[in-house]
Amino acid sequence: MTGLGPVRPRVGREKNVAKIRVETTINGEETELLCAGQESLLDALRDGLGMTGTKEGCTTGDCGACSVVLDGRLVPSCLVLAAEANGRTVQTIEGLAEGSKLTAVQQQFLEHGALQCGICTPGFIVAAEKLLEKNPDPTEQEARYFLAGNLCRCTGYDKIIRAVLDAAAVMREERA
Amino acid sequence: MSGQSEERKFKQVGSRPIRHDGLEKVTGRARFGADYTLPGAQEGVFVRSPYAHARILSIDTSRAEKVPGVRAVITAADFPDVPMGWIPAGSTGIDFGANQRTILAREKVLYHGHAFAAVAASTREIALAAGELIDVEWEVLTPVLSLEQALAPDAPILHEGQETMGDGDKPEGDSNISSQVLFEGGDIEAGFAESDLIVEGHFDTPMVHQGYIEPHACLANAREDGTSEIWSSTQGAFGVKGEVAMITGSDPNSIKVTPTEIGGGFGGKIPVYLEPAALVLSRKAGRPVKMTMSREEVFRGTGPTSGSRMWARIGARSDGTIVAAETRLEFEAGAFRGSPVGAACMTIFTPYVIPNFKILGLDVVLNKPRVAAYRAPGAPIGAFAAESLIDDLARKLGRDPIELRLQNAIEEGGVAKYGPSFGPIGFKQTLEAARNHPHYKAELGEHQGRGVAAGFWFNAGMQSSATVSVNDDGSAVVRTGNPDIGGSRASMALMCAEELGIDVTRVRPLVGDTDSVGYCDVTGGSRVTYATGMAVIEATRQVVDHLRARAATVWNVELDSVEWQDGNAVAINGAAEKGSMSLGEIAAKMRMTGGPVVASASVNPPAAGPAFGVHLCDVEVDPETGVTRVLRYTVAQDAGKAIHPTFVEGQYQGGAAQGIGWALNEEYLWDEEGRVENPGFLDYRVPVASDLPMIDTIIVEVPNPLHPYGVRGVGETPIVPPLGTVANAMRDATGVRFRSLPMSPPRVLDALDGASD
Repeated sequence: MTGLGPVRPRVGREKNVAKIRVETTINGEETELLCAGQESLLDALRDGLGMTGTKEGCTTGDCGACSVVLDGRLVPSCLVLAAEANGRTVQTIEGLAEGSKLTAVQQQFLEHGALQCGICTPGFIVAAEKLLEKNPDPTEQEARYFLAGNLCRCTGYDKIIRAVLDAAAVMREERA
Repeated sequence: MSGQSEERKFKQVGSRPIRHDGLEKVTGRARFGADYTLPGAQEGVFVRSPYAHARILSIDTSRAEKVPGVRAVITAADFPDVPMGWIPAGSTGIDFGANQRTILAREKVLYHGHAFAAVAASTREIALAAGELIDVEWEVLTPVLSLEQALAPDAPILHEGQETMGDGDKPEGDSNISSQVLFEGGDIEAGFAESDLIVEGHFDTPMVHQGYIEPHACLANAREDGTSEIWSSTQGAFGVKGEVAMITGSDPNSIKVTPTEIGGGFGGKIPVYLEPAALVLSRKAGRPVKMTMSREEVFRGTGPTSGSRMWARIGARSDGTIVAAETRLEFEAGAFRGSPVGAACMTIFTPYVIPNFKILGLDVVLNKPRVAAYRAPGAPIGAFAAESLIDDLARKLGRDPIELRLQNAIEEGGVAKYGPSFGPIGFKQTLEAARNHPHYKAELGEHQGRGVAAGFWFNAGMQSSATVSVNDDGSAVVRTGNPDIGGSRASMALMCAEELGIDVTRVRPLVGDTDSVGYCDVTGGSRVTYATGMAVIEATRQVVDHLRARAATVWNVELDSVEWQDGNAVAINGAAEKGSMSLGEIAAKMRMTGGPVVASASVNPPAAGPAFGVHLCDVEVDPETGVTRVLRYTVAQDAGKAIHPTFVEGQYQGGAAQGIGWALNEEYLWDEEGRVENPGFLDYRVPVASDLPMIDTIIVEVPNPLHPYGVRGVGETPIVPPLGTVANAMRDATGVRFRSLPMSPPRVLDALDGASD
């Protein structure tokens, strides 16, 4: 009776619903989880595994805050079923830094002040890492188009794009 | 505390350290509203109205309550009936009864998506399904969906008994005009009579949303002894505490609110939506209750800012001197009174010296979501009309638009249209900075155009507290109660470090909960670096006095023989042979010299430093598709003093981007029943990275004498000029004056077709 049209409810950790057992590799660690059939990977990460670094902004794949890498592909985890992660690898924001060593992208986000509130930051960093893996020397326009699926309402993107382009330069230097 | 702003040589302030909370935010460890939970927490959801306007005759929740997994169902009947009534506060006011009815409708639902019940269950899915089983007997009423309908003589009345408050000629009896604002000066008829040239126009703007990426979220835990804890993504934890207490009829002292990291607000997370319902659900369920909104709910049930209809005219002499200005502003308040039309009236003509003026503003209720503050509330809307007309004036006079503004610009000693006269302000300097920027001389090609517009915002002072404590290694902690929405922790640490004379990395800035810090008003009004910063400086100065006293004790000299220089106590006068002692050395001896060094300060500045901005925009309009591309954009603004220039630039760029979205694409679309048709980011199109160019910034610094370092607020002014700036650029590119927002491709094509007919 809400009359609000289709709603994509988050499916909680319900006891009396048949669960699917999922074996997946998250940030290099073999992980096992139980999920409901229609549970999203985003909810499984956040609610099931307590990995809240991946953020929810819309649940319709429009904002990019929940970006993760699934078997090498950048995806919005809100549009992936948790069960689809079975037998596959998932990379999230939590898996990027090695110990105390930040990635070049993370470091440049800090240096440039490329975040204000910070809610979009994990998604942007996951997406930017993917961009630089595919294209180590993007133009400004290439960076802007690759990251057009990630919304930021605070920064106007200027410092984010500069951070990504500078991170690319740092990574090229490290490789040389 | 004033009078020290000039000629001070800063060592920390003005530098660009990495923000202290940055690491947490680039690694995913920072905890935002939805990241909090507790063992046994239930999921709470609102049940929302299918009608834009209907009377609630009865609500039966019994079927919902029986659903397995449901722990609690609540309606307005679970709250004390707080009567509606406007309590004036400063230039605006508060209505707790309306606030309560915004959270859960009582007599009527007033917009599609208005919450009228809430359910807590073991999962969100169960709670949503149970919500469908709540039986409501509705008396469906005719919805009022436009200003035209709301102002019609026979309009359905939203609030029976609501008479128009305020100034000017008012309607008799019940009205959807909740209030009127009128500012007048000089002689408006004589002013236009002596004008050689009059420019005039009707303008309108749609409702737009703040569009923060984090949906509203909170967690409430009602305890057995009647006390409760709330974690909330909010712009002000003390505001949440006060509102929850008032709306639920609770003892404020029983409620502790912890502000989580906040994923954007722009004013839209000042109002309280979830927390009172979550707390009452938690009490009824005997469990913690977590509530998070979906994106669709955010669009339907929170924010937005007003849609508007405006008429304005400006008269000038042939030499360009503006002599008269008049306007009538009609603002949509949504379901309850409280649009920002008052602020729009106060700001619309304020950048210019205009001897004769008449400014009338109407606050109009209608069956749309209740508006919330949005970054410089009201000012961008008014500035859209005023700056479009100033541009028309410059064109008709054949004048450069910046020169014409300089000729009429308000400066120190000038009187604002709403009364007070200005202290030192930087409007002329900002205009000159924009004029001298290379952007202003860059070449334009075919289908391209350049626009200029200005904007003004008051900024706020209000109440703030800060506590500074010294650690025994000579580092320090500074604690305030303002959620850090854009880097304010770093600014607090910079000001504390400046006074202590230590590196900013040696200061740890914290945001406390309502039980652990002194009262702080909201993170809003561009006030945190200004007012909370003032409290930080004052508290740190007290700490420095303590440290000097400790050194004096060690040296056995008088206090006035000890000076504080660059992080050291230095013996002077007759005691100079004692030498100096570093903060670290004094801190290591605290135990022996009187114990811990801690100081707190609080402030309540009645005024702030007004900020003016001037924006430049170049666009290219594709005549085939109607698509407008922003080619160059430059923001010049008076910051007073930039504490952390990176985050000042960030405010300029972010405000400009939001304004560009408002100008070009953003709008609520409605069906004829009053349903929002685009409640998601796919169809409510905010700017994405590929829509924008780099946004250049010019930080002008005309110190504000009210702040020890000269700080003005910077957060809000940047969204004031863009609507006019972009419209003026499009006028330049196309020859068409756009008076209706957004200037989206279909409208641009229509306008271009109309112009060529």
